[in-house]
Amino acid sequence: MAEEVKLIRTWSSPFALRIVWALKLKGIEFETVLEDLASKSPLLLQSNPVHKKVPVLVHNGKPVSESLVILEYIEETWKEKPLLPEDPYEKASSRFWAKFSDEKLLPSVWTVFISQGNKQEEALVPALENLQFIEEQLEGKKFFGGEKIGLLDLAIGWMADMVSVLEEVTGLKLIQEDKFPLLSAWIEIFADVPEIKESGAPREKLISKFQAIRDAYAATK
Amino acid sequence: MAASSTADDVKLLGGWPSPFSNRIQIALNLKSIPYDFIEETFTPKSHLLLKSNPVHKQIPVLFHHDKPICESIVILQYIDEVWTKGQSLLPSDSYDRAIARFWAAYIDDKWFPSLRQLTIFAQGEDAISAALKQIVEATAVVEGAFADCSKGKAYFGGDKIGYLDLVFGCFLGWLRLAEKVVGVDLLTETKTPGLVGWVERFSSNDAVKSVIQEPEKLMETLEFLKAMFNASTT
Repeated sequence: MAEEVKLIRTWSSPFALRIVWALKLKGIEFETVLEDLASKSPLLLQSNPVHKKVPVLVHNGKPVSESLVILEYIEETWKEKPLLPEDPYEKASSRFWAKFSDEKLLPSVWTVFISQGNKQEEALVPALENLQFIEEQLEGKKFFGGEKIGLLDLAIGWMADMVSVLEEVTGLKLIQEDKFPLLSAWIEIFADVPEIKESGAPREKLISKFQAIRDAYAATK
Repeated sequence: MAASSTADDVKLLGGWPSPFSNRIQIALNLKSIPYDFIEETFTPKSHLLLKSNPVHKQIPVLFHHDKPICESIVILQYIDEVWTKGQSLLPSDSYDRAIARFWAAYIDDKWFPSLRQLTIFAQGEDAISAALKQIVEATAVVEGAFADCSKGKAYFGGDKIGYLDLVFGCFLGWLRLAEKVVGVDLLTETKTPGLVGWVERFSSNDAVKSVIQEPEKLMETLEFLKAMFNASTT
């Protein structure tokens, strides 16, 4: 049976983008189904009835939801060009930091960018602490995966374009090169990887979108 | 405390009332892995905990040859990948594994927080009522997950206890306590027949029996957690 791979995504979702990267890095052909979350398609509602969110990978008609779960599924189904290390301890470490990225790092960075004034000052404390943990993980490495991109790079990859967009929208430089030299260097080489470079959402469009979100938060104070 | 084995050299830093710690205790028992159980002191948090899990400062932490692994979901997969003799925790088919991981995320990110909301955070009739509605809905979703995953067999994992059985089963003591405290059955023959049958089978397994606590034993811990929450919000 011919392989049928569909990815239900939105143009801007960083969680969906990490799946695009994984599929491209593994050389897997796939069809993109663009979703408008204001008007969810029957396909989305049917494929992810529990959360009704993107991304959803549909492989030969069978849906998989939750981006980190999808990444593991892709890794286990298409075994060429592995994204996870073989050693179980290193694998555990990748999984630990991927969870950290989604549960602590991203939310703390997000809070900084939707906050104003004093609240933003307060939000900076946990965000910088979390960034420091990640900075330390790059010690002696080119990518989080070592010499090559791995699952953890994809999980943290939202930092590569998202942070600079958010920095431009708020005028706040979060990842300063002198404070986070390894992270700064990683952002550059990660963004330069061809499969990553060709997949990003249009920067101007992202800036407009996040400016609007930040304005909306400011207006609710 | 289980006898230690220098060959495997496994230690678990955990707490008897902690469902996440229980999750790992049951896994180690199921796989017949001998380990040293180190009971965390909590107030204050031990030096060992702060050193081995500086990011979250939470139990459980598994030590294998003194190398720490944190986050119970990560630990479960590590155990499955290192100790491959005997029964596997995760299913062998990659799609079934994805489904198991999906439901594990649901249980940890949606179901359990609803239970905590009901038992610890919700204050006043309205809040408790809303929290109860949420946990009842979430439990119905888990009943659906059981039907999907078990495919008519005894456990989430099929014929044998597996990953998802541990992920959900570790909360049974707390679920029973919530039912007592609120005076509402969350698992019933009419609403959740699959889970009712499953609880009996799961709870009677030797690997589980000594680990999941009776609700009465957990009451003191609940009071302590509520007091800590109230103190932090005043």
